[in-house]
Amino acid sequence: MNKQTGGGPLAVGYSLLFFAFLFGPLIIMVVTAFNSSSFPRITPWECFTTEWFGVLFGNSRLMGGLLNSVVIGFGVVCIAVPVGLAGALALSELGPRLRATLYTVLITPILVPGVVLGISTIVFWGAVGRGVGAGYDSLFFNGMFLTLAGQVTFVSAYAMLVFMARLQRFDPTLTEAALDLGATPGQAFRKILLPFLAPAIGSAAFLTLLASFENYNTTVFTIMSQSTFTTALASKVRLGTDPSLSALAVIIIGITLIGAMVNEAQTRRKDMLRSGRAAQSRVYGNPVLSVLVHPLSVFFLLIAIVGFLSWQGSQQDAGVCKQQILDGKRARQEELLEAQRERMKAQKAAEEATKPTVSTQPASPSAFGGAFNSLAPKAEPAPAESANPSPFGGAFNNLTPTTDD
Amino acid sequence: MTTKDIVLDHVSIRFGSFTAVDNAHLTIKGGEFFSFLGPSGCGKTTLLRCVSGFTDPTEGMVTIGGKDMRGVGPNKRPTALIFQNLALFPLMSVADNIAFPLEVRGIGKKERRKKADELLDMIALPGVGEKKVHELSGGQKQRVAIARALAVEPDILLLDEPLSALDLKLRHHMRTELRAIQQRVGLTFIYITHDQGEALTMSDRIAVMNQGVVEQIGDPEAIYNRPKTAFVASFVGESNSFSGKVSSQSGKEVLLETPVGPLRGIAAGGRTYKPGDECYLFVRPEQMTIANGVQPDNSFTAQALKEEFEGNARHLFLNSQGVDLRLSRINLGAKTDDLSGSVITAGFSADQAIVLPHGPLAGT
Ligand SMILES: Nc1ncnc2c1ncn2[C@@H]1O[C@H](COP(=O)(O)OP(=O)(O)OP(=O)(O)O)[C@@H](O)[C@H]1O
Ligand SMILES: [Mg+2]
Repeated sequence: MNKQTGGGPLAVGYSLLFFAFLFGPLIIMVVTAFNSSSFPRITPWECFTTEWFGVLFGNSRLMGGLLNSVVIGFGVVCIAVPVGLAGALALSELGPRLRATLYTVLITPILVPGVVLGISTIVFWGAVGRGVGAGYDSLFFNGMFLTLAGQVTFVSAYAMLVFMARLQRFDPTLTEAALDLGATPGQAFRKILLPFLAPAIGSAAFLTLLASFENYNTTVFTIMSQSTFTTALASKVRLGTDPSLSALAVIIIGITLIGAMVNEAQTRRKDMLRSGRAAQSRVYGNPVLSVLVHPLSVFFLLIAIVGFLSWQGSQQDAGVCKQQILDGKRARQEELLEAQRERMKAQKAAEEATKPTVSTQPASPSAFGGAFNSLAPKAEPAPAESANPSPFGGAFNNLTPTTDD
Repeated sequence: MTTKDIVLDHVSIRFGSFTAVDNAHLTIKGGEFFSFLGPSGCGKTTLLRCVSGFTDPTEGMVTIGGKDMRGVGPNKRPTALIFQNLALFPLMSVADNIAFPLEVRGIGKKERRKKADELLDMIALPGVGEKKVHELSGGQKQRVAIARALAVEPDILLLDEPLSALDLKLRHHMRTELRAIQQRVGLTFIYITHDQGEALTMSDRIAVMNQGVVEQIGDPEAIYNRPKTAFVASFVGESNSFSGKVSSQSGKEVLLETPVGPLRGIAAGGRTYKPGDECYLFVRPEQMTIANGVQPDNSFTAQALKEEFEGNARHLFLNSQGVDLRLSRINLGAKTDDLSGSVITAGFSADQAIVLPHGPLAGT
């Protein structure tokens, strides 16, 4: 790095802080996914476990929502991308005055709060449904359909913006040249404009899929009694969170990382090939390495690593460790209880010694006991179990000497 | 090839209230190299787009080979346009670009390939078919654009300032090449340029345009030597112009009262002027001489401001009574004195000077 442009300790410190700020929460989230504590936290560290992934996949509401989300997302992409493309093309053909007006109209759904869109979607289709005399089990009252309809209204505007940005860089004389060379307007569109728009179609599809998938404000109204992944997640969080959400974050981060790495491999390869330096390059010139860094091999390699890790994870059993933790907790409770009893006993003795006349206070220890009442019943069965620790006792016994060292 | 004559029949093209082409009326003969020459914004591209079918004339009509072109789309006309920016398809290979006209006509892959190779041979670029367009040099792109247009097998090739993006050397090279291609394939070329050198060297005939109006049509020599309007005289080639009032006319010779004194010139196109008419007298810098001893028909004193050396000629910049003038002397190799700063007597013979009625000048 250039000395003048940075590299001093201040800059390094700042960069570290910046990255900590960006990635700290993500890292903490990932770590909590593997802690057996039933609340997502790092300290105290209890046991390394993969069971939260199981809990996540076992949540039928979430998984059902995921399926709905995928179906809706696919539908939204299929509708919003062509609609957005048509809108962008129409705008590029119009005169400036009409274009400004139509642009405002088409962009409004993005500006309108999602809540309003959601409610108005229900109201509108409900009115249509009643207008044609359809019952409540018809399409017009179906959550999936309504969500699709509601999301398409604003998601197509996103797609349109993507296409407009790309169209702005299109040289319209290319279409004219195609026409002049004998192409019909249809051919000019298919062979010239569409290939030019191909990257934009890809990014519009991706963007619309994401927008549909993560939408909450509109969906929470239009989905009616059903749920999508996002609404299911939201209602789960409202009831209290557990590390299975961290496990979900791990999966999402993993998918993002794989996508980013494959994409990077693709870009580098393309740059290399375009610049024509591929043959001289140490990596791309070598036949073995060049195959290895091909985006597809990178993809399969990463998938294989993920597959192996998942398999390893599924074999992992935190039962023993968790039992230890449980035992440890019980022992600690026991200790506390014991200490409490001791203290009460000592107190009683002291009271008897100093004020034998006042007998009401020691007779009712409930003021103290109230705080422990919630613990006491739980603590009660603990000694009973630890009194008979035969199934786990061996393991416990083996470990205790080492911890004493 | 007279069946492929292009007739612009009183064509006017307007955008709103703005007239881009004003009543153009001319015939371009089949097989001819015809140029439209004019300054930027004079309506050349607009006229060409009208011939190729992208713009409809507001008034008048275009016929090609006797057929009315109204309602015939650009893909149905026997024309191929080479755009000002070439408009090669950046996502296709060179061969695919050239074969595009065949592809859209449903011709099979093998035949397309063969034709593309033939055309690449013709433009002297064999073997670049697999390259992408951005891998070509400016001149190569140029030739590929020509090859692509020729693949249509048009009767008329329309070229919109195709050489303007090239450097000088390549431009000169491409001029001869274009002319050679035109003579080889025997097509009608309609060529647009604002570079008079290009128009003069390549064309059979030239139409000079200014602000939407076709000012003069003629062969290069007529345009250069016998301009019909003040604009043509000042736009084509270098010219010194003297503004003045007619004092008298005897036969073709006109006597003009100008700021530098009375000057004689020839009335262009056999016109007759009345005394008092506002006129311009034009004389080429190379027709001006430094008078030493022999007195030409016209002479006056002038202040020499500076001298420029341009290899084949020396240009002397003069000022006489507020009129800026230019005098060019051919470089014959002998050392000539630097005259800057001195007062000289300049002159020219009357039959080298043209007298034209007042009108707009180029670049003013
Ligand atoms: N679509 C249009 N709408 C309005 N005005 C236009 C349009 N196309 C061209 N013009 C105007 O018509 C005039 C002639 O334009 P044209 O493109 O024909 O010029 P040109 O002679 O080709 O110039 P250049 O040498 O710079 O290419 C210009 O003043 C231009 O502003
Ligand atoms: Mg032009």
